[in-house]
Amino acid sequence: MKTTNVMIVGVGGQGSLLASKILGRLLVDEGFDVKVSEVHGMSQRGGSVVTYVRFGDKVYSPVIVDGEADVIVSFEKLEAARYIKCLRKDGRIIVNSQQIDPMPVITGAAEYPEDVLEVIKKAGVQVDDIDALELARQAGSVKAVNIVLMGRLAKYFDISYDKWLEAVEKCVDPKFLEMNKKAFDIGYNS
Amino acid sequence: MKKLMIGNEGVARGMYEAGMKFISSYPGTPSTEITEFASKFDEIYSEWAPNEKVACESAFGASLRGVRAACAMKHVGLNVAADPLFTLSYTGVNGGLVICVADDPAMHSSQNEQDSRHYAIASKIPMLEPSDSQEAKDFTKLAFDLSEEYDTPVLLRMCTRISHSQSIVELGERKEIPVPAYERDPKKFIMTPANAIVRHPIVEERTKKFIEFAEKTPINRVDEGGKDIGIICAGTCYQYVKEVLGDSVSVLKLGMVNPLPIQKIKGFAATVKRLIVVEELDGVIETHCKCLGLEVEGKNLFSPLGEYNQETIREVFNKEIEKLDVKLPEIPVRPPVMCAGCPHRGLYYELVKNKVTVLGDIGCYTLGAAPPLNALDSTLCMGASVSGLHGFNKAGGEETESKSACVIGDSTFMHSGITGLVNVAYNGSNSTVIVLDNSITGMTGHQQNPLTGYNIKGDPAGKVDLEALCKAIGINRVTVVDPYDLKACGKAIKEEIAAKEPSVIISRRPCVLLKYVKANPPLKVNEDKCVGCRSCMKLGCPAISIRDDKAVIDNTLCVGCEVCSQLCGPKAIEKEAE
Repeated sequence: MKTTNVMIVGVGGQGSLLASKILGRLLVDEGFDVKVSEVHGMSQRGGSVVTYVRFGDKVYSPVIVDGEADVIVSFEKLEAARYIKCLRKDGRIIVNSQQIDPMPVITGAAEYPEDVLEVIKKAGVQVDDIDALELARQAGSVKAVNIVLMGRLAKYFDISYDKWLEAVEKCVDPKFLEMNKKAFDIGYNS
Repeated sequence: MKKLMIGNEGVARGMYEAGMKFISSYPGTPSTEITEFASKFDEIYSEWAPNEKVACESAFGASLRGVRAACAMKHVGLNVAADPLFTLSYTGVNGGLVICVADDPAMHSSQNEQDSRHYAIASKIPMLEPSDSQEAKDFTKLAFDLSEEYDTPVLLRMCTRISHSQSIVELGERKEIPVPAYERDPKKFIMTPANAIVRHPIVEERTKKFIEFAEKTPINRVDEGGKDIGIICAGTCYQYVKEVLGDSVSVLKLGMVNPLPIQKIKGFAATVKRLIVVEELDGVIETHCKCLGLEVEGKNLFSPLGEYNQETIREVFNKEIEKLDVKLPEIPVRPPVMCAGCPHRGLYYELVKNKVTVLGDIGCYTLGAAPPLNALDSTLCMGASVSGLHGFNKAGGEETESKSACVIGDSTFMHSGITGLVNVAYNGSNSTVIVLDNSITGMTGHQQNPLTGYNIKGDPAGKVDLEALCKAIGINRVTVVDPYDLKACGKAIKEEIAAKEPSVIISRRPCVLLKYVKANPPLKVNEDKCVGCRSCMKLGCPAISIRDDKAVIDNTLCVGCEVCSQLCGPKAIEKEAE
């Protein structure tokens, strides 16, 4: 089996680490060889963060480079544009339509390009954009954006809903399990 | 049982299974999690030391007493621990001693990209380099065995991609190692010239034995493949080579990167038409091959800069893949920033307002160098702000003394700021040292330090009295300010840089990300009062932005620190409840 490449991109503090933990857990339980890679450190301070998840029979490199990603899950619009070059030609990108201004935009040194998703769609890329922040709010917490997006990603995977839910259960804080299950379901079915 | 884990957890697991009992480290990206994971095992005594030299020497002491011990650090940390390292090579060990060092090619979170393999060569200490988490565990265990068998510390080289990438690891059982009774061995452990002169030839003999080991160990292995090209590599590069070239080439994978084998490399070279070394950073293996008289390629094809990946290999071997063609406008960068409510921000604002020359140090507060604050003039290494300011003021005299200061975090001050402050007091420069005490080691992800009063497990521990320490060093002027109080910060800065004697300002408030720090309700902008003057924007707070010429506060980020409201002329920034 060919190696499948999934990228999770976003802004430090958005919870992409938990998302990759769920995905990694699921794939190990399914019996795949798996590598998950992210860079810690400076990126935790509101910087751009990227996580690579690769699985298949045998995975060598822990990273994904330009033109390789089968799916990108972007927690923020601008980050979708930043990493779109990593997508392969007929790949798919799931985008949370939330906008988080980076410091150069806040200080006025740069402008937030408003129409990036339109440009990406016009180039023929399969874009699935959802308002994950609003959906997370409906589930009970704005912090569940990551779980909403995992629910959405699950739609495009050949792994059952129940198996996904099991992985969510194993990875989230039991105190927030019911809310997270709801967030996953909303992401999956919206 | 199989588990997905980062390389650093693999190392910690290897330490546990090897029966290790002691680890002392100083945090540093990308090495920090080795010690954090080790501290989760009750069988291992774990601690954060004030710096890497202390950590390495403490691990030496544990080895001297006969237990398996380790320390872990980032690449620049090994500079600090280099003093014990070189002589430990001569003394050797009692209990197995492993020194983990994590390099950071591409400088994800570092000030340089030095290659630690040079330390292994220079100190004549063997070095192992894993290429995934399973090897991280296996090589750690092997390192302890080799350490005891050959009577030497062993270096374990990690890099960011191995340290922070998760891959599957098969877990094993812990093997307890009995601790022998302590016996003195002065000729081995007292490194006076008379004893050291006897130890040096033993080190040279040991290296010869390690070369023999390198010839036959299965961790230096050949993956047979096409014979037109033969590639020598280690660590993460092995993964990239296999990913792109698979069995089309033969690969000599080296698990031990110092010392390097001779016959094994010559033998491998003889079986292939073209010999290429793929190694990140410096051409260490390539130079070795050239010394053996081999025709070899390496740095003529691959850069000494940054990290490699599969694309690096594809470019060199003309195997590039098809890419997406999307024409996008310029994407603004998203650099890391000081968090909303960061206690460093207010103090920095006052330094900038008073046009102070500021020598900086290593930590979250290095982010004050970025726009819009642009607060720093230099950042070199741990502790250099204090000693650098002393030299700056001795050279500049009164002209600089009255308009300069340095900033250093609490953990960095404990690491290597104290000795600089001793120099300020002893040799008398009228320097103003500002300790940014946020009561935690911030940038590496919240580790305790001697100023927090807690140990690695979060239990109460010894606590250094910072004010008393400064006074004992000979600093008479020690002021404590709350960095959320701009007036108090401005007053302290003006008074202390004007003073005709050395001084310390302690800017004290815990990091807002600490769990015990409760956020205040978010502030909001009263649109009717906001005149769009942008005074609040000078802070570089990620919670504040401008929409339609009015300031807007993001209530999911704001923690109500009220630093911005102190700057607002028309008093437009209000508490939500009002």
